[in-house]
Amino acid sequence: MDITEVPVSQDNRGKKKKNKKPKKKKSVAEEGDGGGGGGAEKKEEKMEKSEAASAFPPTFSVSEIKNKQRRHLMFMKLKQEKRKQKMQLRKKKKKEREALGDKAPPKEVPKTIENQRVYDETTVDPEDEEVAFDEGTDEFSAYFNGLTNPKVLITTSDRPRGRTVRFCEQLATVIPNAHVYYRRGLALKRIIPQCVARNFTYLMVINEDRKVPNGMVLCHLPDGPTAHFKVSSVRLRKEIKRRGKDPTEHSPEVILNNFTTRLGHSIGRLFAALFPQDPQFVGRQVATFHNQRDFIFFRFHRYIFKNEKKVGIQELGPRFTLKLRSLQKGTFDSKFGEYEWVLKRHEMDACRRKFQL
Amino acid sequence: MQHDDVIWDIIGNKQFCSFKVKTKSQNFCRNEYNITGLCNRSSCPLANSQYATIREEKGQCFLYMKVIERAAFPAKMWEKVKLSKNYEKALEQIDENLLYWPRFIRHKCKQRFTKITQYLIRMRKLVLKRQRKLVPLSRKVEQREKRKEEKALIAAQLDNAIEKELLERLKEGTYGDIYNFPVHAFDKALQQQDEESESESEEEEEEDDDEDVGKREFVAEEEVEESDLSDFEDMNKLRTSSDEEEEEDEEELSEEDEEEEMEVETKASRSKGKSPANGAAARKKRAYVEIEYEQETEPASKSRATS
Repeated sequence: MDITEVPVSQDNRGKKKKNKKPKKKKSVAEEGDGGGGGGAEKKEEKMEKSEAASAFPPTFSVSEIKNKQRRHLMFMKLKQEKRKQKMQLRKKKKKEREALGDKAPPKEVPKTIENQRVYDETTVDPEDEEVAFDEGTDEFSAYFNGLTNPKVLITTSDRPRGRTVRFCEQLATVIPNAHVYYRRGLALKRIIPQCVARNFTYLMVINEDRKVPNGMVLCHLPDGPTAHFKVSSVRLRKEIKRRGKDPTEHSPEVILNNFTTRLGHSIGRLFAALFPQDPQFVGRQVATFHNQRDFIFFRFHRYIFKNEKKVGIQELGPRFTLKLRSLQKGTFDSKFGEYEWVLKRHEMDACRRKFQL
Repeated sequence: MQHDDVIWDIIGNKQFCSFKVKTKSQNFCRNEYNITGLCNRSSCPLANSQYATIREEKGQCFLYMKVIERAAFPAKMWEKVKLSKNYEKALEQIDENLLYWPRFIRHKCKQRFTKITQYLIRMRKLVLKRQRKLVPLSRKVEQREKRKEEKALIAAQLDNAIEKELLERLKEGTYGDIYNFPVHAFDKALQQQDEESESESEEEEEEDDDEDVGKREFVAEEEVEESDLSDFEDMNKLRTSSDEEEEEDEEELSEEDEEEEMEVETKASRSKGKSPANGAAARKKRAYVEIEYEQETEPASKSRATS
């Protein structure tokens, strides 16, 4: 029964290992022995326990063992070995650090996705004049120069169900000067001229799917860009733990984080123009749009400064995440509109370190 | 020869008709020339040698007629007449073409024609209204995005980011005079702190520090850690800046000793009113600082307002 071919003998070894306590990996030499008396092999195994991790023929890999249990065992052992080595390495490094004391080299910074992000050439420089000029003359310039006050119309897709309706109501409390209107199957293209006539600056349409909001179309009105977002993780007010009381009527401050590229800048301005230009600091409310890896997280907090170095925040209103799907110049026109940016999944999601916003 | 009755006898009841669809209560006929759609003796196009139907093609209605004289020429069996677009005129046309035909067929033809025109009108109206476009979701993609979103959320550390931003705004003075933190005292303290941390270190002894009386240590200034909020009651307790300078020096010393302890609550007690510049006050997980001061450990009941 003692076949000395390498693959089968591995199985033999594996079997023995399974029956007895799991031991360390064997050396090549022992492999060559093949079978042998069970007892003799046991002794050999015990002797070889003290050896360091063995060297296998280079072509061997754990995945070549056909038997699932043995393969699993071998893999677990491999993992344990690796973990052990890693711990030893860490301990050694730590000792070295302590020994060197002050002269130790600085700690290495771990790689994160943000660190490794592919440099985007459209990243905006704070001193870029061209961008500044563009922003001085784009559709938001009227707002940023203080000429217009934002007035937002919030509506939904046809026949909204409970969650969406409540979400719209809560949004209306968060955004000052916002009105919710029930959409009765009207076409957006017809609504838009009416809104413009009544001096609305923004049209926000929450799209609903299976009783849950899942999309948002944000259209800047006079003839501004239209952004289409995917909405996810909506938490209504009552689902937020440890929240504060309802927001008051004061205008909140706005925080826009991490909008670095040119596209991010335009979207950031889109959000900024939703809120009135002069926040009322008395209200101590702040709305945050934080961009991380192309996801925009919206939070609404009330803050209080305890001293110059500490601030406490308490979450109030609804929270949701947005992901930009398309940005279109001009008001909403899905057929003939001119798209400034569209999410093309195959191109853009191919690289994990590349982000657009 | 066309023996209608024989044909009906066979396909109607006894044997198989490939156009027949049987349901529990009704029999339907799937023949495209059938005028009513039901499987009846009078509606079967196979079992009637004189038959007429209305059919529409791309919005145009036609009258199809079959007579027994052409029963031998299957290719030419159906005579096709285009009906006018005007409803009344078309009805007249039907009447005129089906003159002397059995009443049943005439009636059913007109009924069918009416129904067809109605649905054509409805189709035209619908095209003008909003069309709903259904976009298929790919489950894999959705799951992938969900996972990415969760990871991005963790990486974002929203609370810290917001707090940092707010503190920066406070420092830059966007809030004006609303908050009573004396910003200039803050700056002065900053400058003083920078000098003192290098030079003096002799003043540290006057504290009632049991362990390190007289010991001098030069410690690097540590970074501020943004902390979750502690209680709001501390707003009331203010201290003079001198006290706090002493306090921090002492903190630094004692921190060397007790580096491992993580006491979240002590930081709250240290940070009062005009906090010193180097941010020693705002540390969260650092050492356990003072045992001597009155408000050492904060009650556990303070609310953590950040979610």
